[in-house]
Amino acid sequence: MTAVLCRHFGLRHMETAEDIAGDTFLKASEHWAIHGVPDNPTAWLYTVAKNKAKDHIKHLSVVETQVRNQSGAERIRYEEAFEYHEQGIADSQLAMIFAVCNPANANKSQICLALQILCGFSVEEIANAFLTNAETIKKRLQRARSNLRNDNFQIGLLSEAAIVSRLPTVLKTLYLVFNEGYFSKTGDQLVRKELCSEAIRLGLVLTENPLTNTPQVNALMALMCYQSSRLEARTGAGGETVRFDEQDRERWDKALIQRGHQYLINATTGNEISAYHLEAGIAYWHTVASDVNKWPHILQLYNQLILIEYSPIVALNRTFAFAQVYGRENAIGEAEKLCLTGNSHYHTLLGYLYSETDTGKAIAHYEQAIHATRSKRERQVLADLKMRCAAGPE
Amino acid sequence: MKEFALIFRLKDLADFQPSPEQMQERMNWLAGIAAQNKLVDKGNTLLPIAGSAKTVKADDVVTDGPYTEIKEFISGYIVVKAETIDEAVAMAKGNPIFKVGGNIEVREVLKRD
Repeated sequence: MTAVLCRHFGLRHMETAEDIAGDTFLKASEHWAIHGVPDNPTAWLYTVAKNKAKDHIKHLSVVETQVRNQSGAERIRYEEAFEYHEQGIADSQLAMIFAVCNPANANKSQICLALQILCGFSVEEIANAFLTNAETIKKRLQRARSNLRNDNFQIGLLSEAAIVSRLPTVLKTLYLVFNEGYFSKTGDQLVRKELCSEAIRLGLVLTENPLTNTPQVNALMALMCYQSSRLEARTGAGGETVRFDEQDRERWDKALIQRGHQYLINATTGNEISAYHLEAGIAYWHTVASDVNKWPHILQLYNQLILIEYSPIVALNRTFAFAQVYGRENAIGEAEKLCLTGNSHYHTLLGYLYSETDTGKAIAHYEQAIHATRSKRERQVLADLKMRCAAGPE
Repeated sequence: MKEFALIFRLKDLADFQPSPEQMQERMNWLAGIAAQNKLVDKGNTLLPIAGSAKTVKADDVVTDGPYTEIKEFISGYIVVKAETIDEAVAMAKGNPIFKVGGNIEVREVLKRD
């Protein structure tokens, strides 16, 4: 709703648009509690928002008329522009996605802004997802907004060239929002799931417009569907994390995996192989139960991925895949070459690689990993691994 | 960090078309360097085959291929970064090219800009 309103007010009046959206929902909660939910809640909400917006513009106009006599034309233009039909909503959301995902902002700010404006998260909810306080998030959002304003970015009709040049940033933002949910530090399952499904929802908006329904977008959608299929299975009854190889495959969401297949097929039109393609390919192989070629394929995909762009986590995952293909002992050299000594995952990997051959070293690495991590949940998992290691081979 | 070019040489044209296993080994080696964040340029393959390789010499002499006089030919190159040339040499040692009688020349890159 903020997106639709913003498109007509302009990004400069984002706060106004948000206030109106907020008021609308407040009115809805009061009205619906007494009169019941209307037959078409969306239409109801937009009608209220429309009226509130009109009131606001009238008020503005009155003020402006007193200052300068030129508001009549403006008002007519605004009123004509208010159309809340479905296509309008979809287009506004798309335009808003492109306005918010601006490289003028740092990664973290982009996620915060996307969560607030595109997903309607409150400051507290965002703070909860980032495990930080509301004040920090507020400041981050303020900075991000003023960056957007300074960048003078317009929400409106997007030219094909603008879409092509901005799309990578948009995808990166969705990818970050998704990962924030999937690998979030917060233990709050609800928040995590919501982040993941919001990223998918925004991705859906992209696939529904022919201009943005590109192979890369489909590859990212495939990746997110495959990953999400395990959201349920990887949480145990007590809220603890269940490791991949110990998950109950029956709890994997088959429908989401199927969706993933469809997107992956759509992603293969054209010759382009992006990092999202490779990651989707890896995620695809993770949904396959057992196949002799599974790990060699995953290793090759990681090999290609690390050649596109270096990242410590890809380097570590690649080494894990290497161990699955060539054995843990042969992977130790590969792992130690990475020299990521301050990284808890690096020590976790080495703990795993040593666990069959050198229990002492394995335990030492698990201890270093426990020392290096700041996540309480990860510490629990690591303590468990260390204990199993000390207890000897299973 | 300095940059070093690793220049690959082969003796036998037949080795230029690697088997899938050789490809995989080579890819593992290359990705292993990238995983250390030490790959500057994944380089290129230089085609040694007829129609893709000529040597130009003085007096307007042009010969086919690079191999009329030298027994070896260059098959490609990559650029890595390392603290010392010894570190670059250690990286080169892991390449599977030696299994087919090839060799690698390691050369520090002096940038001209």
